[in-house]
Amino acid sequence: MEQFITHVGTAAPLRRSNVDTDQIIPAEFLKRISRHGFEDGLFAAWRKDPDFILNQPQFQGVSILVAGPDFGTGSSREHAVWALQDFGFKVVLASRFADIFRGNSGKGGLLTAQVPQDVIEALWLIIEADPATEVVVDLQARQVRAGDLVADFEVDDYVRWRLMEGLDDIGITLQSAVQINEFEDSRPAFLPVTI
Amino acid sequence: MGRTLAEKVWQAHVVRHAEGEPDLLYIDLHLVHEVTSPQAFDGLRAAGRTVRRPDLTLATEDHNVPTLDIDKPITDPISRAQLEALRVNCAEFGVPLYSLGDTEQGIVHVVGPQLGLTQPGMTVVCGDSHTSTHGAFGALAFGIGTSEVEHVLATQTLPLKPFKTMAITVEGELPAGVSAKDVTLAVIAKIGTGGGQGYVLEYRGSAIRSLSMEGRMTLCNMSIEAGARAGMVAPDSTTYDYLKGRDRAPQGALWDEAVAYWSSLPSDDDAIFDAEVFIDAATLSPFVTWGTNPGQGLPLSSVVPSPADASNEVDRVAIERALEYMDLTPGTPLRQIPIDTVFVGSCTNGRIEDLRAVADVLRGRRVADSVRMLVVPGSVRVRLQAESEGLGEVFTAAGAEWRQAGCSMCLAMNPDKLAPGERSASTSNRNFEGRQGPGGRTHLVSPAVAAAIAVAGHLASPSDLA
Ligand code: SF4
Repeated sequence: MEQFITHVGTAAPLRRSNVDTDQIIPAEFLKRISRHGFEDGLFAAWRKDPDFILNQPQFQGVSILVAGPDFGTGSSREHAVWALQDFGFKVVLASRFADIFRGNSGKGGLLTAQVPQDVIEALWLIIEADPATEVVVDLQARQVRAGDLVADFEVDDYVRWRLMEGLDDIGITLQSAVQINEFEDSRPAFLPVTI
Repeated sequence: MGRTLAEKVWQAHVVRHAEGEPDLLYIDLHLVHEVTSPQAFDGLRAAGRTVRRPDLTLATEDHNVPTLDIDKPITDPISRAQLEALRVNCAEFGVPLYSLGDTEQGIVHVVGPQLGLTQPGMTVVCGDSHTSTHGAFGALAFGIGTSEVEHVLATQTLPLKPFKTMAITVEGELPAGVSAKDVTLAVIAKIGTGGGQGYVLEYRGSAIRSLSMEGRMTLCNMSIEAGARAGMVAPDSTTYDYLKGRDRAPQGALWDEAVAYWSSLPSDDDAIFDAEVFIDAATLSPFVTWGTNPGQGLPLSSVVPSPADASNEVDRVAIERALEYMDLTPGTPLRQIPIDTVFVGSCTNGRIEDLRAVADVLRGRRVADSVRMLVVPGSVRVRLQAESEGLGEVFTAAGAEWRQAGCSMCLAMNPDKLAPGERSASTSNRNFEGRQGPGGRTHLVSPAVAAAIAVAGHLASPSDLA
C-alpha cells in the first residue's frame, strides 16, 4: 500500500446525504472477477446525467470527494472503496460515515476524514467558487486546508498509523513473520494437508 | 475457571496476542471456491505475494456449476469467467483444485468433511458464510470476506477479536420424524435471525449427542442464519467413527495422538457461556418456514400467522411484508399451501444421509404431477454413493430429476432457478426474497418433509402420506 502523509489535489462537492454503497457502485458491477477497473461503475446511475458533478469539465481529475453526511451506508461491499480509488479518489470528507464503509476504506488505503458539517458547507462554497482550488489533506497534522479554511479532521489512530506507514493488513501481519514461523513449527503432526 | 470448546480452539491458535489489538489466529484449513476468490488472487498478484500454504488450502467449483450436461461448455459468461479464473489462479499459485468433472468435486462444505480434512480442534475458514458447517466436528469454522481470503492466502492467519459463546442445549429424545433440520429451524425461530450475533453457538445436550455427523453438520450449517459467526458440537465417538479411515484423517500412532487431543476439547463442566438457551426435544416437530427469513418458521401443524399476532410494530411490518411476498393469507393451515417445485440438496442437506431420507419416503411412490422435483447431490462422491445404494433409481422412478453435484437451486447462480411466482419446498438454508430465482417463493424444510411434499403436492410430512 502507498504511504499517505499529505495529499494535495482538487476536490469535487457531492451535495448529497446518505449516499449508500448501491449508489457508489451498483450490484451489477459486483460480478467482475478483477479487483481493478471499477471506475466506470462509480456512481454509475448518477453519471448517466450529464450535469452530475463528476461529469462537469471543471471537476475532472479530482482526487478528493467532499460529501454530505452518512456516506457509505448500506451493503458492506468492498467494491465501493475500490471504485472510488480506481476513479482516482484518495480522500473522502464527510461529517459522518457508515462504520463498515469506513473500516473497508481504512483497509484499502482510502482516507475517510471526518469534519463537522459546517466545514463541509464551507468547503463546498470554496471549491464551487473555484474548482481549481488546491486542497491539502495533511494526515500528519490531521488537518484539511483550502483557501482560507483550516480545519481539523477526525481519523482513527490505528488507521492513521497504517496509512502513514503504508501498511495494508497483510503487510502488518507479515511483520509477525517470526511468530508465524514459530507457530507453524509447533503444529501437531496429525493435522491434515490438502496436497 | 473452565473453558468452553470454542475458547480452547481459539487459544490453541493464537500466534500473537497484544493488549488492545486483535489476536492473530492461525488457520488450519482454508477452503476456496470460484465466487469469492478471484479478487483475492488478483490482490496477491498485484502485491507480488504468494500463497503461503497451498498445502492447507483447497479449492472446489460449486456455486456456479451446471447440474446437467456438465461435459458441455458452460453457457453463462459470468459463471464461465469465474470458473476459468479459479482454474488459472489455482494453477498459478499451486492450490489444489477439484474441477467440474473431477470425482472429488462438490460443494466446498461437503467436500472438506467427506475427505476427512475437517477435524476437531481445527480452525477452518472459507469465503462463504456456511463455513459454519465444519463446526460439527468441534472445529472453529467461519465465513470470511474477500480481503480476508487474500489475507489468509498470503499469511495463513487472520487478525480477529474473540467471539462470545452461547450454549444451545437440546435435552431429551427427538420425536420420530424430527430431524436436525427441524431442530435448527426451531432454534432460529426461537432466538431470531439476529439472536446469535457476535456469538459462537455450541450445541449441547442429549438430543444433539444422538445426532449423526450429517445431522450435526446441518445444525452447524444453519447457525449463520441465527446471525452467529459459527456453530460447534463437541467431538465424541460419533465424530471419531466418522473420521476414522477417511483419506485425510490421521492414521496409526498419529490417530491415537489426535484422539487424545480431541478428547481434551469438550467444554469443561465449570465453563461459563456468555448466554444460554434451553430447548426440550420432546416439544419439537417437523418445522417449515412460511416467510422470507429462516426465523419465520413454525411447526407444520400451524396456520399462516397474522400481522395482528405480532408483539411489536417491527414484527408486524415484517410479517405483513413476508406474507405479501409469499402470497399467503393469515389463518391458512400450512398443510394447505400448494408447492410446485421441490429442491433437495445444498450444503445444508445434500449429503448421503439426506438422500437416504428422501429415498425412504419416495420408494414406491410418485412425485405429484403438479410438482417438479430436483435432487442434487452435494458432491460427486455423494452422487456415486447414492447410485451404488440404488437411490438414484428410486428418485428417477418416482419422477424426480437426479442431477450432478453443485449448489444449484440453493442460490440460483446456475440455470436451476425458480420462475417468478413459483413456490418451492427446499432443503437449503435461505428463504430470502428471490434467493432461488427472482420472484420465487421458498419454504425451508427437512429432506423427509421435502419428499413428502413432492408426493402430496402441498406442505406435508411423511406421516401424512397414505
Ligand atoms: S449450497 Fe448454498 S449455502 Fe451452501 S455453499 Fe452453496 S450456495 Fe452457499
